[in-house]
Amino acid sequence: MPKDHGIGASSKRREDVRFLSGRGVYTDDMALHGQTYAVFVRSNVAHGRIKSINTANAAKMPGVLAIFTGEDFKDVGGNPAGWLINSRDGTPMREPKRPVLAHGKVRHVGDAYAAVIAETYNEAKDAAQQLADDSDIEELPAIVDMKKAVADASNRVHDEIPDNLCFDWGWIEDNRAAVDAAFKSAPHITTLELVNNRLVPNAMEPRSSIGEYFPGTGDYKLTTTSQNPHLTRLLVAAFVLGIPENKLTVVAPDVGGGFGSKIYHYGEEALVLAASRKLGRPVRWTAERTESFLTDAHGRDHVTKIEMASTKDGEILAIRTETLANVGAYLSNFSTATPTFLHGTLMAGPYKVPHVYVNVKTVFTNTAPVDAYRGAGRPEATFSIERIVDKMCRELNLDPFEVRRKNLIQPDQFPYTTPVGLVYDTGNYQATLDKLIELADVAGFDKRAAASKAKGKLRGMGLSTWIEACGIAPSNLVGVLGSRVGLYDAATVRVNATGNISVMTGAHSHGQGHETVFAQVVAEKLGIPESSIEIVHGDTSKIPFGMGSYGSRSLAVCGSAMSKAVDKIIAKGKKIAAHMLEASENDIVFADGKFSVAGTDKAKSFGEIAFSAYVPHNYPLETLEPGLEETAFYDPANFTYPAGAYLCEVEVDPETGKVDIASFTCADDFGHVMNPMIVEGQVHGGVGQGIGQALLENTSYDENGQLLTASYMDYAMPRADDVPFYTVDHSCITPCTHNPLGVKGCGEAGAIGSPPAVVNAVIDALHRGGHSHVKHIDMPVSPARVWSAING
Amino acid sequence: MHNFDFVKPSSIAEAVKALSTEGAQALSGGQTLTPTLKQRLAAPTVLVSLTGIAEMQGVCLGSDGLSIGAATTHATVAKEAAAHYPALAALAGGIGDPAVRNRGTIGGSIANNDPAACYPAGVLGSGATVVTNRRKIAADDYFQGMFTTALEEGEIVTGVTFPVPQKAAYVKFNQPASRFALTAVFVAKFADGVRVAVTGASNNGVFRWSAAETALSGNFSAAAVEGLTVSSDGLIGDLHGTPAYRANLIKVLTKRAVAAAH
Repeated sequence: MPKDHGIGASSKRREDVRFLSGRGVYTDDMALHGQTYAVFVRSNVAHGRIKSINTANAAKMPGVLAIFTGEDFKDVGGNPAGWLINSRDGTPMREPKRPVLAHGKVRHVGDAYAAVIAETYNEAKDAAQQLADDSDIEELPAIVDMKKAVADASNRVHDEIPDNLCFDWGWIEDNRAAVDAAFKSAPHITTLELVNNRLVPNAMEPRSSIGEYFPGTGDYKLTTTSQNPHLTRLLVAAFVLGIPENKLTVVAPDVGGGFGSKIYHYGEEALVLAASRKLGRPVRWTAERTESFLTDAHGRDHVTKIEMASTKDGEILAIRTETLANVGAYLSNFSTATPTFLHGTLMAGPYKVPHVYVNVKTVFTNTAPVDAYRGAGRPEATFSIERIVDKMCRELNLDPFEVRRKNLIQPDQFPYTTPVGLVYDTGNYQATLDKLIELADVAGFDKRAAASKAKGKLRGMGLSTWIEACGIAPSNLVGVLGSRVGLYDAATVRVNATGNISVMTGAHSHGQGHETVFAQVVAEKLGIPESSIEIVHGDTSKIPFGMGSYGSRSLAVCGSAMSKAVDKIIAKGKKIAAHMLEASENDIVFADGKFSVAGTDKAKSFGEIAFSAYVPHNYPLETLEPGLEETAFYDPANFTYPAGAYLCEVEVDPETGKVDIASFTCADDFGHVMNPMIVEGQVHGGVGQGIGQALLENTSYDENGQLLTASYMDYAMPRADDVPFYTVDHSCITPCTHNPLGVKGCGEAGAIGSPPAVVNAVIDALHRGGHSHVKHIDMPVSPARVWSAING
Repeated sequence: MHNFDFVKPSSIAEAVKALSTEGAQALSGGQTLTPTLKQRLAAPTVLVSLTGIAEMQGVCLGSDGLSIGAATTHATVAKEAAAHYPALAALAGGIGDPAVRNRGTIGGSIANNDPAACYPAGVLGSGATVVTNRRKIAADDYFQGMFTTALEEGEIVTGVTFPVPQKAAYVKFNQPASRFALTAVFVAKFADGVRVAVTGASNNGVFRWSAAETALSGNFSAAAVEGLTVSSDGLIGDLHGTPAYRANLIKVLTKRAVAAAH
């Protein structure tokens, strides 16, 4: 019988009660006495020189309290990049200042160059419009296309950066000669040029921030839509505004989705704090949906040429890639890590590839900043690899299942050192592939294809065997690689006097279900009911300094910290029990929520120990401290490496080019699973986003840098009827070898593994339907693109 | 959104009078107008709601066909026209989502005449008559190009009367993002001939595909359309499809509509 409690149980998500009944409390829900409204004046040109901003008329308008321009912030810091990348020649990347408000130049449509604070939202809107009318911005030619940006040195996003290049990175540079040699002698070379399409994150809740300044104490409070409040506090306090960290509290309350876009610090957060200091009143701002499209950090946007050297029977000998990665107009906090260390290091995939070399040129353009978005670099790597493996199979007329099986790292080869700098600790890629073939009924495909044909449809199947590095990540390693932050996490377990527990976590839940799962883990370890445990997150005045949630890290990193803190609680409980039971600490055992003296019936319940800790009437205070509260920091020894195999079946309507997902099957290895229901939900959501990228989502700027897809009228999000009922399995388990729970993380897997499965399936369908001239279709594989490919 | 006054008259005469105010704007279901207001792209002084007028509501089968009040929602048409004119009911039931269908109205749709809207195809494909506070206008005269109609200043649509064909069908191919018609075709077979109306495809808004009408009037089968070609001249090219792609869809969807007609 499945467990109904603790680790491995599909406990219902406790947070859903408030979310589904409208009782969640999001930033924009908070009404504050004396609050004022900020509206930003944003550039409507992609590239322009600010000649003048005349604030006089706007300042006189009803309700207007203050106006800020870039001039007001020119002497404070910029929003920094969190990761230093060096170019192949050893020179450091170019880091232009990212100001709170644009100063001198505007660099993308939506770039804020002024802000109005007024008594009401409508008054602020009216004055912002006036200010826009009274601004003289000389439009400059827009730099949109990456290839042109690099080629044309006369037109610069940042005047001081002559070739619009942030860096030219090689990974690993020492591999290059061997890779080139492998290609020279290769029996077969497959080449593919592809675009990894730019995506708008589209969190359901738009970004929102409230700044408060308390003149009596000089304290500040920022309530904001953040995935990691401590990081935001560090950035806005220490780097931008120069506020001591101890004078600023950052609270990220209920947050309605992030997908990466709310990892980063944005200028609006600094503005509302600075404005609140000036006015002595709360200042609030919530993005309109159009602002979200224009200014949330976008995802992906790579143009890649990938080459694969192989034998004629499909053994991979070498991989070589050249990628142009768009960072947009400014460096968002992790924008330089995403196309490099989250992408290049994965370019061996799950395969025994002896030689790999990756080159990434990262380019400034007059578009919104681009940064990590669910999967972050790893979907780009996986798409490139899985598409070219499929193309190689087609060119050599080989079976894609067998070619993958031949190249997959074998179970007895772990730990496995790849040629691109990672050590995969454990895995069994054959097992997930075998499980997939069984679950997806690959044997029955021909029958299903015949049924599709009878309806006038072309059926195809697409395979993807993927791996990711997540649980981000070991500070020792990322420090060597250029990270300017550590990536540990922390948790405090506070046992209250009556035996219930508050757990304060550095991880932040913005939909994932931490409040449920973390309680399950603690309940299991302490043998007490889940309902006695409260998970507290998102408030820097309550939680220990943690690094938040992204990169499928919450359970693997923060969960491990929490597990360590619980171990400390048990150790302390043993000390207390030894005192109460008049036994040696070494003789105390803890099981099923009881501390007992080994070999006797003498025992104290967890509740008795907790109560005693806070009512220490006869404690030997020299050797036993009162209280039962422990904090642990955890910094992992390695990334975790979830992996799996996905199979997508599609039906293509050859007359219209419409692709329907007929089935989607996932066999994943996430290590130990704490809550199967939540894991399945994460995979469903991730695959849904991957299907969105593969078939629907397209972020399109025109040559003038105007965003053509700035609303849901033109930006296609996946809807319920665009995705199938998924078959999801996570029974293949190779526990992570280096964290206490043996967990690997599941949040990004679906978005990483699914896009190539979808595109491979479409190409397969077209080939089976006789359209073998179609070698590749760029995402999104829209009906029009499929029809054009068929008829091209 | 800018501030405005709001009135909700209970008769056509009162509505017409209210609309004569400087800066007045008629509001029906508001499915296009409300987002426009929210984006501050329109600033009417007064909004005149047309949804409180009893004589502009409802679906009624009479001797001259099926009459639908202009302020009747898509959801109501989907339900109440189903027995009398199933193809039209299906068209209404496929517009937007439930929220849109419970607010949006037939009059609002055809007064706006969005080039990708569904109703213009149903009205033109049926050869319906648009009834206003002043006159009756044949569908062939009413639709005059993208967002352009025969309506004059101060004239409002009060209803539409549809002759009921022997067979009809509406087949829509969704634009992936908005789910408006990327291209859609309404085919109606009457005793005296076939009408084919196309929406979503042309820079001039809804139009009749006369070559297909001629071919289908002689032989109402998908095969009759097979030999025809559609020129892509004047068709819409955008992110979601080229003119050539839309030309292909016109033919494919017409065949499917003929096959589906009942």
